[in-house]
Amino acid sequence: MAGADQDDSLYPIAVLIDELRNEDVQLRLNSIKKLSTIALALGVERTRTELLPFLTDTIYDEDEVLLALAEQLGNFTMLVGGPEYVHCLLPPLESLATVEETVVRDKAVESLRKISQEHSPVDLEVHFEPLVKRLASGDWFTSRTSACGLFSVCYPRVSSTVKAEIRQHFRTLCSDDTPMVRRAAASKLGEFAKVLELDYVKSDIISLFTALASDEQDSVRLLAVEACVSIATLLPQEDLESLVMPTLRQAAEDKSWRVRYMVADKFSELQKAVGPEITKNDLVPAFQNLLKDCEAEVRAAAANKVKEFCENLPEDNREQIIMTHILPCVKELVSDTNQHVKSALASVIMGLSTILGKDNTIEHLLPLFLAQLKDECPEVRLNIISNLDCVNEVIGIRQLSQSLLPAIVELAEDAKWRVRLAIIEYMPLLAGQLGVEFFDEKLNTLCMAWLIDHVYAIREAATCNLMKLVEKFGAEWAQNTIVPKVLGMANDPNYLHRMTTLFCINALSEACGQDITTKQMLPVVLKMSNDQVANVRFNVAKSLQKIGPVLDSNALQTEVKPVLEKLATDTDMDVKYFAQEAISVLVLA
Amino acid sequence: MLSPIQVLCSDITTLSLEPEPFASYTEADIISTVEFNHTGELLATGDKGGRVVIFQREPESKIEPFSQGEYNVYSTFQSHEPEFDYLKSLEIEEKINKIRWLPQQNAAHFLLSTNDKTIKLWKVSERDKRPEGYNLKDEEGHIKDISTVTSLQVPVLMPMDLMVEVSPRRVFANAHTYHVNSISVNSDYETYMSADDLRINLWHLDITDRSFNIVDIKPTNMEDLTEVITAAEFHPHHCNLFVYSSSKGTLRLCDMREAALCDKHSKLFEEPEDPSARSFFSEIISSVSDVKFSHSGRYLLTRDYLTAKVWDLNMESKPLETYQVHDYLRSKLCSLYENDCIFDKFECAWNGSDSVIMTGAYNNFFRMFDRNTKRDVTLEASRESSKPRAVLKPRRVCAAGGKRRKDDISVDSLDFTKKILHTAWHPTENIIAIAATNNLYIFQDKLNSEMH
Repeated sequence: MAGADQDDSLYPIAVLIDELRNEDVQLRLNSIKKLSTIALALGVERTRTELLPFLTDTIYDEDEVLLALAEQLGNFTMLVGGPEYVHCLLPPLESLATVEETVVRDKAVESLRKISQEHSPVDLEVHFEPLVKRLASGDWFTSRTSACGLFSVCYPRVSSTVKAEIRQHFRTLCSDDTPMVRRAAASKLGEFAKVLELDYVKSDIISLFTALASDEQDSVRLLAVEACVSIATLLPQEDLESLVMPTLRQAAEDKSWRVRYMVADKFSELQKAVGPEITKNDLVPAFQNLLKDCEAEVRAAAANKVKEFCENLPEDNREQIIMTHILPCVKELVSDTNQHVKSALASVIMGLSTILGKDNTIEHLLPLFLAQLKDECPEVRLNIISNLDCVNEVIGIRQLSQSLLPAIVELAEDAKWRVRLAIIEYMPLLAGQLGVEFFDEKLNTLCMAWLIDHVYAIREAATCNLMKLVEKFGAEWAQNTIVPKVLGMANDPNYLHRMTTLFCINALSEACGQDITTKQMLPVVLKMSNDQVANVRFNVAKSLQKIGPVLDSNALQTEVKPVLEKLATDTDMDVKYFAQEAISVLVLA
Repeated sequence: MLSPIQVLCSDITTLSLEPEPFASYTEADIISTVEFNHTGELLATGDKGGRVVIFQREPESKIEPFSQGEYNVYSTFQSHEPEFDYLKSLEIEEKINKIRWLPQQNAAHFLLSTNDKTIKLWKVSERDKRPEGYNLKDEEGHIKDISTVTSLQVPVLMPMDLMVEVSPRRVFANAHTYHVNSISVNSDYETYMSADDLRINLWHLDITDRSFNIVDIKPTNMEDLTEVITAAEFHPHHCNLFVYSSSKGTLRLCDMREAALCDKHSKLFEEPEDPSARSFFSEIISSVSDVKFSHSGRYLLTRDYLTAKVWDLNMESKPLETYQVHDYLRSKLCSLYENDCIFDKFECAWNGSDSVIMTGAYNNFFRMFDRNTKRDVTLEASRESSKPRAVLKPRRVCAAGGKRRKDDISVDSLDFTKKILHTAWHPTENIIAIAATNNLYIFQDKLNSEMH
């Protein structure tokens, strides 16, 4: 009988192994994802001698299978016999590191980096480092790009002769013929610099950095900007001026807008890396130029950084720098020709008020906010409205409310439903900032009007909005202001509006509580079960199922049950279905 | 190199062993594009039936010295299928408009192919091993008796006959409202552009769900439309430069460093019109049908209906050289307009050293111009004259009223249904590929082949 037992346990594994070469990708993928089960069943010896050689040559497969394989192999150390044998995983990962698909290569490199930590220092030099060298001098650029990501993990743990070799390999890749490899090297430059001794950073890395930063390919130069951040962090302050700043200045004025965009995009990181002195002398003028750049993409990226940049300025003369250097540029951006620039600015400009304080905000920023609230582009107005909380803290929202209302009303009636949708989503925030009185007076009608919008997505969002408002203002407020209006729609001649009543009840019942639900909402729902439109009737069944848990058992038995039973015998199939479903969920049968 | 041209390999239809030399062919068999890869080892053709055929150059053989360099079919696959756009009630043809090879990145080869709307990235790879050994069934697929399975078997990879696999890697769809006329891979190896009649889009080769619009010449009111984009190409070395040609005969060079949207060109190449030669057909025949950067990146070659022109990137005012391809047609433009031939889009090609240019004409003729010696030649791609390893004889067309020599062909007897629109030149050697309707001819310079 022992044999039979063995067969039982063998069978599922046998299926998994066979499915490694099934024609169906999903089954192959499934098998690869359970590779550890297979390896466990085979044992460490057979995993090393049979399974891994097979996997090494399985590079013909679909990307998703290869990706899963690359990931699995990163966690395979114990399955091949522990750190002592971890080098057996190198061949399959090496072949995966040369495939053309970037995500697979990246995952293979990630797994290689992971298992490199499990190599003993000796194994690292005997097995891992030769692999890095092979990849670095491979014929195809796919292998050379993969090599770039591996230098930094082995460098700290090898002897000084090997270290020198690794530095040489990295240098070679930085001046590779193909832009692909130079890009890979540029993107790993910062990471490699971090593990190098400071002397080598100054002697090797800086020259590579300078070369990559003046590469003929835009795509390489822009990656050097990223490296700039890490390199600047490593160097002592006194070396920054001579070693990094010339390159950074050049990048900020590069002929290619994509490079300048990168500088703008990384500006906060750069600012932190170079410290306050250089920021004051160099970065402030550079930032001014980026805010005035001729390319809108660059201006937008810089505009996005305005708040962060100002926040991180040295506090002693922050206000002075902002007022004399940054604010004039910001003022110009408010009336920029490009709407993306304006909306990028609108998403951060409110943040300046906390930095500049009440008086400056009222005098200098408020006119800008008001101008943006009247902007022709809805996105700009939305971005201002979505950040109202920052201003509220500093000057109070009353200063803005006069201009705010027309802006909100206009957005609420915008012809584009996505704009209407966006403003609805800010309603709970606005209600919180403006308070219940202002809301009742000015905004309540808008919220109710959205319930009968001709676009479903708006009606749905409006329903959800009501729920959030009730959570904010409480059940009593709901009972007085919105419930009557919602229930009134139950008699609307348009069946879509009648259904909206049901959807609102679904959303509100919990927030309103048992009392309101039982006394006010339930009668309306029950009455609608006689509606002539089947869609309304089956939504009644769904609503009853939804509000059932809020009701007491008496109401359920005496009022809900008979109605559902009647609906369960409806002539319409869907009505029957949902009625029966409600009965079984509410356990009324 | 111009005079002795030798036939190296005949066409695809001979390979298919058709008994009748002029056997009827279907519309789908018409070749619509020809392109060598970067090493010249592979040659791809696309046809109106949406198929791509890849030819591979045979390695040098010691036994048969003459077989060296022959191109044989390596792989054939269906790239595009006919489709229907239900929103616009438009049929989308499967015809392959362009093929472009990517620089080689590993053992596999990659190419982009496009029809009017959709660009696809294909991987062409070889496989010479297959897995063997199942646990629960034998190699024929018969299920084994489970009780006989007592141990687990891991499949092993065994050598097998070489198999060429072609698999679709990416589909770049839904970005073109008009017909795609050009695709071009950037020297950064990671982006490419696709141009239609009014717009040019920039794609990342790894990303299919978005592209960036870099040129848009669509006027707000389509009634104001005066010109369309006819071709576009990236500079071979400078990743930021590209050129596009228009139906008005102009070329615009754009620098992507200056702005995200290259609406403003940095250079405009345009030849002032000769007012005396102006006619009803002036605008039609000045439309540029193809533009190609020289390998050096210094020059641009353009083709319009009657001429091929070489432009220097440093001189915008007029072309450096103008070559008459078939000037004798100037008097026949009226009838060429009536039979629509005047709208034929001839392509052009540079040789590897940028010293000779080539372009097609009618009657299965194609023309070559040596830029240094200013000599030119007309050759014919036809079954009769192109017996394997025969030397092609120069042909001459005698203009109406001109003196006619023996073997000359009169303009009136030219066959306008036989046109050579698509040609390609090997990137380094003197090997050319000529598409004549459904036939592909590959010719090689005789001196070149004797040297080997």
